[in-house]
Amino acid sequence: MATPLTRKLSINGTTHWVSVDDDTEPLLYVLRNQLGLNGPKFGCGLAQCGACTVLVDGTITRSCVKKMNTLNDGASVTTLDGLGRPGQPHPLQQAFIAQQAGQCAYCGNAMIMGALGYLQGRIAAGNHDVPSEDEIKQFLSGESPGSPLVYLCRCGSHLRIVRAIQQAAKEML
Amino acid sequence: MAGTISRRRFLARAGTLAVAFSFAPALAHIPSTVASAAGAAPDLAVDSWLVIEPDGSVTIYSGKVELGTGVETALSQIVAEELFVDLNQVRFVQGDTSLTPGDKGYTAGSQTIQSEGPKLRVAAATAFQALLALASQQIGVAKPALRAQGGKIGIGHNLNRARAYGQLIGQEQIQLTSDPNVTLKDPADYTVVGTPVPRLDLPDKFLARFTYMQDVRVEGMLHARVVRPAGRNASFVSLDASACASVPGFLQVVQQGNFVGVVASDEWAAIQAAKVLTVTWQQGPALAAEADLPQALQDPANIYQSGPTVPPVGDVDAALAGAAATREATYFTPFQMHASVGPSCGVADVRNAPDPATGIQATVWSGTQGVYPLQGAIAQLLSLPASAVHVIYAEAAGCYGHNGADDAAADAALLSQAMGQPVRVQWMRQDEHGWEPLGPAMVHTLRGGIDANGGVVAWDHEVWTPVHSTRPGGAAGNLLAGQETVVLPPALGSPVGSGTRNQPVNYAFPNNRVTEHAVANFLMARNGSGKLAATAPLTYTFPRTSALRSLGGFSNSFANESFMDELAAAAGVDPYEFRMRYLSDPRAVAVMQAMAGQAGLSGSKPEAWPGMKSGRGIAYLQYENSLAYVAAAAEVQVNPGTGAVQVTRVVVAHDCGQVINPDGLKNQIEGNVIQATSRTLKEQVAYDANGVTSVVWAPNPTYAAPQYTILHFTEVPAAIEVVLIDQPAAAAWGAGEPATEVIPAAIGNAIFDATGARLRTAPFTPDRVLAALPS
Repeated sequence: MATPLTRKLSINGTTHWVSVDDDTEPLLYVLRNQLGLNGPKFGCGLAQCGACTVLVDGTITRSCVKKMNTLNDGASVTTLDGLGRPGQPHPLQQAFIAQQAGQCAYCGNAMIMGALGYLQGRIAAGNHDVPSEDEIKQFLSGESPGSPLVYLCRCGSHLRIVRAIQQAAKEML
Repeated sequence: MAGTISRRRFLARAGTLAVAFSFAPALAHIPSTVASAAGAAPDLAVDSWLVIEPDGSVTIYSGKVELGTGVETALSQIVAEELFVDLNQVRFVQGDTSLTPGDKGYTAGSQTIQSEGPKLRVAAATAFQALLALASQQIGVAKPALRAQGGKIGIGHNLNRARAYGQLIGQEQIQLTSDPNVTLKDPADYTVVGTPVPRLDLPDKFLARFTYMQDVRVEGMLHARVVRPAGRNASFVSLDASACASVPGFLQVVQQGNFVGVVASDEWAAIQAAKVLTVTWQQGPALAAEADLPQALQDPANIYQSGPTVPPVGDVDAALAGAAATREATYFTPFQMHASVGPSCGVADVRNAPDPATGIQATVWSGTQGVYPLQGAIAQLLSLPASAVHVIYAEAAGCYGHNGADDAAADAALLSQAMGQPVRVQWMRQDEHGWEPLGPAMVHTLRGGIDANGGVVAWDHEVWTPVHSTRPGGAAGNLLAGQETVVLPPALGSPVGSGTRNQPVNYAFPNNRVTEHAVANFLMARNGSGKLAATAPLTYTFPRTSALRSLGGFSNSFANESFMDELAAAAGVDPYEFRMRYLSDPRAVAVMQAMAGQAGLSGSKPEAWPGMKSGRGIAYLQYENSLAYVAAAAEVQVNPGTGAVQVTRVVVAHDCGQVINPDGLKNQIEGNVIQATSRTLKEQVAYDANGVTSVVWAPNPTYAAPQYTILHFTEVPAAIEVVLIDQPAAAAWGAGEPATEVIPAAIGNAIFDATGARLRTAPFTPDRVLAALPS
């Protein structure tokens, strides 16, 4: 039988009390259907593609498999919808626009949110070097140490995505 | 027609200038008219509209749709150019059966820029000439003294006494038909077309403000999941929904024939209810075994028609018999997927009765490539007249052809009809991988003869292929939900030709024969009218297939351009030199030379990495034998111990005529290169007797290897260099597919150059490369 659950979450800086009938419901559906946030996307439901990527307390999280009952009360969730300010997009968003780093751009959320977690992780670790193109590719391929998550793009905008992340890194690091 | 009312409504607005234009030749004969009173509406058999609004902005009501390839931006550039308005003044309303009437076609086949672009240009110029005439009249100055800029017309360089377009139109209601003889802007004066304008849609996409199909929500919407049959030929026996009752939010199971759907008030509930629902299926006949490919495709029992693709040239058999040397080779490409990163989604709102004002009973939102063909198919599925079905296009994740978009819309329509409420169906990853129409597997036999001087005296290409288009086409039997509710696919028209894109080569060979063998996907027999039609119950022999980017071109060009290399090697001639012997079209020669120059073909081949073998391969073709010219060079590093191939650099020289947006075009070509590299190195559908078994992106504890995987970032060619050959005075041709076709042979030829291994079966997995390595 399903177990209901209510959690207090800080989503893009705003406090929400969210309730679900089934505490194993993944965060993705709560963000999209209860809060109307279209940044995170459904892609596979298996943490294999990255479309649903968000940050939970700064950690890269595949929201399609992140069950509500595994979130701490008061957890902080950042989605693509919460980046930047009106009229002032986040450096990653600016760089993706500048590099025209997408075609259908359905994977844009994956790439921007994954890169955000990656670059913030480097900063937190005291590493302020701009990552090389190879390092960025390894991260997005799940080949970086301790980071097995893969990010998929089907339109073939890969080279532009890598350049956009590097451009943003120069500003962020 | 469903569109009549809304069409008249927007035509009847005061203060607008509307230009109707059409792909249909008939309209070209109707003279351009300016009518200031109602009642002079032009012939309504039109494809598209261009409307200048009271605020001077321009709206394009287009039958073609943005599929994530940038056509919205390119078409807007064309209009902004001819109408002297800023790009941000152009709006694009697309794919709506009530607003973009008449277009029966699809956005596909790289056709949009080449077919719609010129029509739109003429329509915009027609509007501009009318505005110029109004300005001359209102300002009191002859037309040659007037100049336009930024949506205003005035006198001389400073636009003195300028009037904005909205002022010129005033309260009039002006309706025109496009004038094929209108004065067009000289391409030498272009300031917008031919410049690298950023894509109009991308900022909203990266700022999470864009509404994809998957983000469409309507009032009172329920959520559903479809539980597809346990096998391609399985039939429904019974179901037990008792476990669904314990899922909070579960509402109902809907079952019609082999169609089973679960509806809930919330999305997670629909997913959970679908998981716990127990359905019993009776398996049907087995599909032809994957292990029996490619032979099963060549089995005469599975072929329903054979014939020449183009009229043969010379006497191929005699030339082969008299050749100094002959070669024969068989090539194979497997079933492949569109593999969109966003699984298909459809939303439908089907009412119990038509809306009294509009006559609409079913409203359907879909990422379809053709709102009209889907409208007809859904109407048949729901037993409604087409005029009662309103299909609204919403851009989904990239589709690359006919993927699950139409099927998901049909699922939603059927479930909404059963529930009497709007329903959203989001396919799961396993639904998309498991049930999308696949790109067909193809097998090719090539025979060639060369004379004592190394000249090609005979060329013979036979292809065996399942069908490449089963698009909705107004028939419910082309939709999954239709087939599951026991509607048979429509009888075949003239089937040969669906897999023949770029099967003929553009090389001038004296004896040349190209043949297609059409393979039946399902069992068929001649019906009462003598046409081949599916027999009941619908029984598939091979997986369901339809249009995947470039159709047969990917596989045909793989075979042709690899075999050209085989003949060049047999003749002992450099592959570039060998091809150039048979090309005389100056644009073909120019694109080859541009590729050779950028790739450095005259220099030594790329240096091998430690422990690796390096090589370079080329390929050339003219898309559909009459459109864009493309030449490519690929460089590879091959690990002789593991068989792993890394494509390190790809050069593409590309002539698709007039370039509208160079950066958008490069983005498309890069995408073609990367996607085709993925198809060449990694992609192969795995299936068993009952259907597709590669239903996720990577093996995991639930889904055993092999699964359907695409290129990762580290596997992408590190350098993709695109050389655009602009032809400002020539027609603009599409670029959505041509560069896809050159990639597999360029990579295969590079592996041969590196190792002497000839890869004739795609994908070039490490196992296959190892097996092909000369001992």
